Amino acid sequence: MNPNLKIKLGRISLNNPVLAASGTFGYGEEYSRFIDLSELGGIITKTVTLEPREGNRPPRLAETPSGLLNSIGLENPGLKIFLREKLPLLQRFNTALVVNIAGEKEEEYLRLAERLNRVKGIDALEINISCPNVKNGGLIFGTNPSLVFSLVKRIREVTDIPLITKLTPNVTDIAEIAQAAEEAGTEALSLINTLLAMAIDVETRKPKLGNVTGGLSGPAIRPIAVRMVRQTFQKVNLPLIGVGGIMTPEDALEFILAGASAVAIGTANFIDPKTMIKVKEGIREYLQRNNIREFKDLVGWLNLN
Amino acid sequence: MCQIVAEVLSNKNITLNYFKIILNSPEICQNAQPGQFVHIEVTAGSAFLLRRPFSIHNTEDEKLEILYQVVGKGTDLLSKKEKSKKLDLLGPLGQGFELKENFGKVILVAGGIGVAPLYFLAKRLLNHNSKISGQTPPKITLFLGAQTRKQILCAQDFKNLGATVKIATEDGSWGYKGLISDFLAETLLRYAKPDLVFACGPVPMLKKIAQLSRKYRLPSQVSLEQRMGCGIGACLGCVVRAREGYLRVCKDGPVFTVNQILWDRL
Repeated sequence: MNPNLKIKLGRISLNNPVLAASGTFGYGEEYSRFIDLSELGGIITKTVTLEPREGNRPPRLAETPSGLLNSIGLENPGLKIFLREKLPLLQRFNTALVVNIAGEKEEEYLRLAERLNRVKGIDALEINISCPNVKNGGLIFGTNPSLVFSLVKRIREVTDIPLITKLTPNVTDIAEIAQAAEEAGTEALSLINTLLAMAIDVETRKPKLGNVTGGLSGPAIRPIAVRMVRQTFQKVNLPLIGVGGIMTPEDALEFILAGASAVAIGTANFIDPKTMIKVKEGIREYLQRNNIREFKDLVGWLNLN
Repeated sequence: MCQIVAEVLSNKNITLNYFKIILNSPEICQNAQPGQFVHIEVTAGSAFLLRRPFSIHNTEDEKLEILYQVVGKGTDLLSKKEKSKKLDLLGPLGQGFELKENFGKVILVAGGIGVAPLYFLAKRLLNHNSKISGQTPPKITLFLGAQTRKQILCAQDFKNLGATVKIATEDGSWGYKGLISDFLAETLLRYAKPDLVFACGPVPMLKKIAQLSRKYRLPSQVSLEQRMGCGIGACLGCVVRAREGYLRVCKDGPVFTVNQILWDRL
């Protein structure tokens, strides 16, 4: 019995539920030398901003127990170079392409969204709301339900492409943020982004990151992410992409049983570039072993007695 | 550039906390260039995740040699990998030393464990000129420095290649008493200038080499290191400040020309 791994996230069709998460994968070029990108369910690109961004001062990485702290700072070549130099390679692969966008003001998101809306080969936009809203004193968009509602609604108004909103976990009630995005018209949600964290070098007595704080990813955050997926699954009626420390097929299955229709993998790619392929095959074996023909039947299958 | 599993052939403690591991890795040896590195998975099963990058010290047929120092969790785990254990490697990675023209006189500058990639380079240099135009091999002088005598590595190996080796120790236990960069500065004052300089070692040493290169207009290349995530250029975690913006040590480097780097930002 060969299980059907296909899954739909709203209007987005995926050949299988495993995607490359935004941030660790660049625009696919480097990893395309190690794995066949067409084997993935989808690729979520590194964040694209309107103008090129230099990123934060080094050191940008610190290793923590079962985790990784990063303060890359959204370094990216900007929209123009993305379209001209990065997109062509991505269009060659037979996998869903999701472009992650971010800005410091609503207007920047809108201009990005409008420009990317009808581009051939782009299947969805992922809205990165973990950015500070400069007009609002640097308050992170994603921490405020009304800011999220306004942003997603305005992007929805100027686009017809499927929209995925990527939620930040640095909030008290992620389901509340999820609901705001749902009401505004997002078609799917991806969660979680990194957790705000810090590490200190006790010999130099300095922060390990040049930016002082950064985002924590990796296995250490998985239990938090699984909990947030579950809480969101109970409150909204949208397909979810579960992200956060997935290293093995079992990790991915936790998210799926909690309510995710698909999963995205980031940090684990550093350790083993073949992780996503192994997770996909592990999900297939699990379905075979449990005699489940359709992957979609597994979503949210959590026994609570 | 590939991901392969290599068997440990030997892993020996040379002196103090310095080790040499030899791995059976035909694919990497075939393509390796001096100055490139391998990104090794050592932390599996521990609470720590990331691969560790190591410059390629030498290749001998299908044998890949890494010379390393135990400085933390990752290198400590590496030192415990026994013969016949398997290690997952990504490599060869990065931009190696550039050997473009024909040159007569080359200076290599090594600080401590920085000597590691320079051995592979010296071997390749000695073959280089003869490949290009059948000319005589370059004259190589290695300036090798460390804090104390016991930390001077590979001196005899370089002599066996035919290189002149000049040693400096900070405590004077061997050779010139002081920093290797000061020994080099004094030498440059008195003797003929080299055609090329290649350096690897602590950042303060590299900064002094950069100053000397500027002063004497010496074409110089340095190998830098930085904490790495992916090791292949995708995550942008390992950048250094250069004239043209941030450059990735894993992909745009680890070898850079001294003029590329903004040394006061390092």
